[in-house]
Amino acid sequence: MWLLNSSIGKKLIMSISGLFLILFLLFHMSMNVAAVFSEKAYNVICALLGSNWYAIAATLVLAAGFIVHIVYSIILTLQNRKARGNDRYAVNKKPKMVEWASQNMFVLGVIVLGFLVLHGSQFWYKMTFTEIIGHHEVELGGAIVSPQDGAAFIRYYFAQPLNVVLYLIWYVALWFHLTHGFWSAIHTIGWNNQIWMKRWQIISNILSTVICLGFALVTIVFFIKSL
Amino acid sequence: MDKNINITVKVWRQKDRKTKGGFESYQLEGISQGSSFLEMLDILNEKLVNEGKEPVFFDHDCREGICGMCSLYIDGHPHGPDESITTCQLHMRKFDDGATITIEPWRSAGFPVIRDLVVDRTAYDKIIQAGGFVSVNTGGVPDGNTIPIPKKDADLAMDAAACIGCGACAAACKNGSAMLFVSAKVSQLALLPQGRVEAARRAKAMVAKMDELGFGNCTNTRACEAECPKDISISNIARLNREFIKAKLQD
Repeated sequence: MWLLNSSIGKKLIMSISGLFLILFLLFHMSMNVAAVFSEKAYNVICALLGSNWYAIAATLVLAAGFIVHIVYSIILTLQNRKARGNDRYAVNKKPKMVEWASQNMFVLGVIVLGFLVLHGSQFWYKMTFTEIIGHHEVELGGAIVSPQDGAAFIRYYFAQPLNVVLYLIWYVALWFHLTHGFWSAIHTIGWNNQIWMKRWQIISNILSTVICLGFALVTIVFFIKSL
Repeated sequence: MDKNINITVKVWRQKDRKTKGGFESYQLEGISQGSSFLEMLDILNEKLVNEGKEPVFFDHDCREGICGMCSLYIDGHPHGPDESITTCQLHMRKFDDGATITIEPWRSAGFPVIRDLVVDRTAYDKIIQAGGFVSVNTGGVPDGNTIPIPKKDADLAMDAAACIGCGACAAACKNGSAMLFVSAKVSQLALLPQGRVEAARRAKAMVAKMDELGFGNCTNTRACEAECPKDISISNIARLNREFIKAKLQD
């Protein structure tokens, strides 16, 4: 099967799974921004995404997207290190036009993944997972809240300066990852030429900035509200 | 103004494929900045031979930037610090008096070192071979202008055909990927009507050969494009991806 065996096939898997994850990020960001305007609206979305079967199915698809993207990044990185050979250059300079992010996608990905674990344990585990296993109350910072009260979770976690700093670092790593990731994914599919190269790179920068600013806005607004 | 400079060259010396190599430093005095980089190496070798030592092995042929034989990773750049030229077109005026110049071979699993600065680049020849033939009608010689080709396509094909297969792309790539080379070779034919006949087969065969030979997977860092002596654009890589995916979907 060419998709699994050839280099371009494997890259295509990275590309498609990456684009799928970007769509998810756009959705997640839009949903979060609702909390800035109305906590009630945000809770309605949280309730909708609770433990119904559609939400569970979507979560599984999403998890599969993450797993495919991560597994293939490991496979490709290992192959690439092998192709590079054992001897490294004693002197090696980065040409000016090479983006820093493009050469550090794996490291950035590991940072993003690390925070994803933190995020999952703080929000997803206590909200969605609690509901899936049938509980309708969850302990949060000494108080008992409904797992559907997403706004309470945001208020609680983003009142803690350490969390705010960690999340902001996460967004920055994500921003770098996406600035290269988006146009690179399009390039791998083959939708690029000399004219579109610049356009895609600019669209990449705008897209990652919108996503990361959206997330950062919620974090910062709730931190300020907590003061 | 060109003047004479004193330099130290730090050269990678390696006896054969299996022996572990290492750097050796040599002092050179009164090198004219008007001389080319390879002439400087010739002077070094003459000095070594006169001292009864083994000369430094390096690849070169036409010395006018069109054969693709010269290589060398000079001060962290394939084909040296200047842009859009091969090593043989590099001049000593790019270096200052008292400079230490580090010269390394291409380092990539696809290009094993044979001796000193010489690497085995037959992998690229094997990829070209895998590309196969281009169909032509035999018989009387057809008029060159019978097939109309848009100017834009002709230019893009010519730009891709400028690739001399020197291997700087794979050498500069952090993934040891040969995609820029393969994409140029696929593009120069895929863009022209004469090359369309075998376009699908060619893209599949060349990519399969590239993977088989152990070259890495492209991550679009663009280091190849920046270091290419012939300024081959990575838009060729997008075209190769397109050609390859299209060919596979048609199967």
